[in-house]
Amino acid sequence: MLRFENVGLRYGLGAEVLRDLSFAIEPNSFQFLTGPSGAGKTSLLRLMFLALKPTRGLVRVFGRDILTLPPRELPGLRRRIGVVFQDFRLLDHMTTYENVALPLRVAGREESSYRAEVVELLGWVGLGERLDAFPSVLSGGEKQRAAIARALVAQPEMLLADEPTGNVDPQLARRILRLFVELHKSGTSVVIATHDIALMDLYDARRLVLHEGRLHVYE
Amino acid sequence: MSGRNGAAPAGRREDDEAPAKTQSPRGGDLRAQSRPAAGPGRRLGPIVPASSVSGTTLVMVIAIMTYLAGLTVGGVDLVRATADDWARDIVRETTIQIRPAEGRDMDASVARVSEIARGTRGVSEVRPYSKAETARLLEPWLGSGLSFDDLPIPRLVVLKLSDATQFDAVAMQAKLEREAPGATLDDHRRFLDRLVAMARTIVWLGVGVLALMLAATVLSVVFATRGAMAGNRDIVQVLHFVGARDGYIAGQFQRRFLRLGLKGGCAGGAAAIATFLTAGLMADQGVGTAAVDQVDALFGRFEVGASAYAGVLSIVLIIAALTSITSRVTVYRTLRAMG
Repeated sequence: MLRFENVGLRYGLGAEVLRDLSFAIEPNSFQFLTGPSGAGKTSLLRLMFLALKPTRGLVRVFGRDILTLPPRELPGLRRRIGVVFQDFRLLDHMTTYENVALPLRVAGREESSYRAEVVELLGWVGLGERLDAFPSVLSGGEKQRAAIARALVAQPEMLLADEPTGNVDPQLARRILRLFVELHKSGTSVVIATHDIALMDLYDARRLVLHEGRLHVYE
Repeated sequence: MSGRNGAAPAGRREDDEAPAKTQSPRGGDLRAQSRPAAGPGRRLGPIVPASSVSGTTLVMVIAIMTYLAGLTVGGVDLVRATADDWARDIVRETTIQIRPAEGRDMDASVARVSEIARGTRGVSEVRPYSKAETARLLEPWLGSGLSFDDLPIPRLVVLKLSDATQFDAVAMQAKLEREAPGATLDDHRRFLDRLVAMARTIVWLGVGVLALMLAATVLSVVFATRGAMAGNRDIVQVLHFVGARDGYIAGQFQRRFLRLGLKGGCAGGAAAIATFLTAGLMADQGVGTAAVDQVDALFGRFEVGASAYAGVLSIVLIIAALTSITSRVTVYRTLRAMG
């Protein structure tokens, strides 16, 4: 599904922030990506969701080498990856419903064909009564759930979440984790970037630990 | 779930994994918003918010450019129509000039030329100018009271043409050379050629001015689009991350700019048409006054034709289309630069 071989990343002429990363994300797997602040978690996630290209090494996503991938094929791969951003990245001028439905809308689907799916998903994440609310009036937890719903709505094969519980209380964090676990059980590969040890202790899963730009994998 | 077979995981219970539901906005939630929203069943809002594009300034620039372009089109059309009128008047009339020469009987020459002219196809009327009439023509330059008997003044025969296409100027000139020495046909072609050249120059000048205005409009749209892209960078990034193609993103901006282009174009076009109508009305009201009569005599009636109005409408459509296409191209280029 996703394979890194001797991948290195540097910004501009600076030092490498990621060094010699070699690992794979298998289909229907669940893993935490962790490490201290500044270890390169977000950079690694950006490589994984094709926002960056490595400065060296090989990255294959769904069997395609992203260094040789024509730009026109990027959107097709991105649609197979759901991303939950640490800062949610909800569009302020759109309602919760519109934000969550965005991936389906940009895929060219008619609203009537996805309306029921989106409403059901929003109900599932507990936002069934907040369809018409704009992000500016949502709480941190609601924004988090809306961002998760948006990442899930197109039924991605892989879900990447950057600190998805960073802005919520422990109780809600556990609920969100259960949501990811259920998603994993349904066949989606999940990667959760977090530095919350307590959260990782709640679910026994593979851990990818980044330290000083190098990755250590604990199965 | 099947996560890939349904929106929400299957087999879930209403109250198990999902976080607690929040209160309905209509059920008294204080955080609910009062502004219209676009939930299910309602019209979806635009992906690029209207407020994020500096529309008012661009609409004004486009309106001014369209107005000036419309006036240019109207002016060019007026010049072209007036030149056509002049040309039509000129080709309806032609003149034969008989130069005096030693021993030449001018009256006999005039009579012979008139006779030849009357027998020529396409000539409806032949009017030889008498000595007195010729003298009157020269009065503005030589003054009155002079005797022209001793001066070698050429004589004129004016021909009115019933059908300029039937009139063969070359054949007539040849006949005059054979049968009436000293007579030359002046069909005003040199003057007409100059007139046509002047009219064409003005038309090309107008086209040049139009091209500059359209170029200025394109540049304004490029700057506005770049500004809009910079202001909506977060939106563009999110669209990319959810799998939007560049064409889709460009289409969102293009639609927004097409609306702005049409809005500004219609405003400028309407103002140009209003200017034509007002100027025509003022010219009509001034008929009979010395100033308007002089202008009419020189340039013809101020009458903007249907082609000018059609030209203004074309300008509106061209500017709207240019705005739309320019914004699309600019978005593509900016996306490439961002990538």
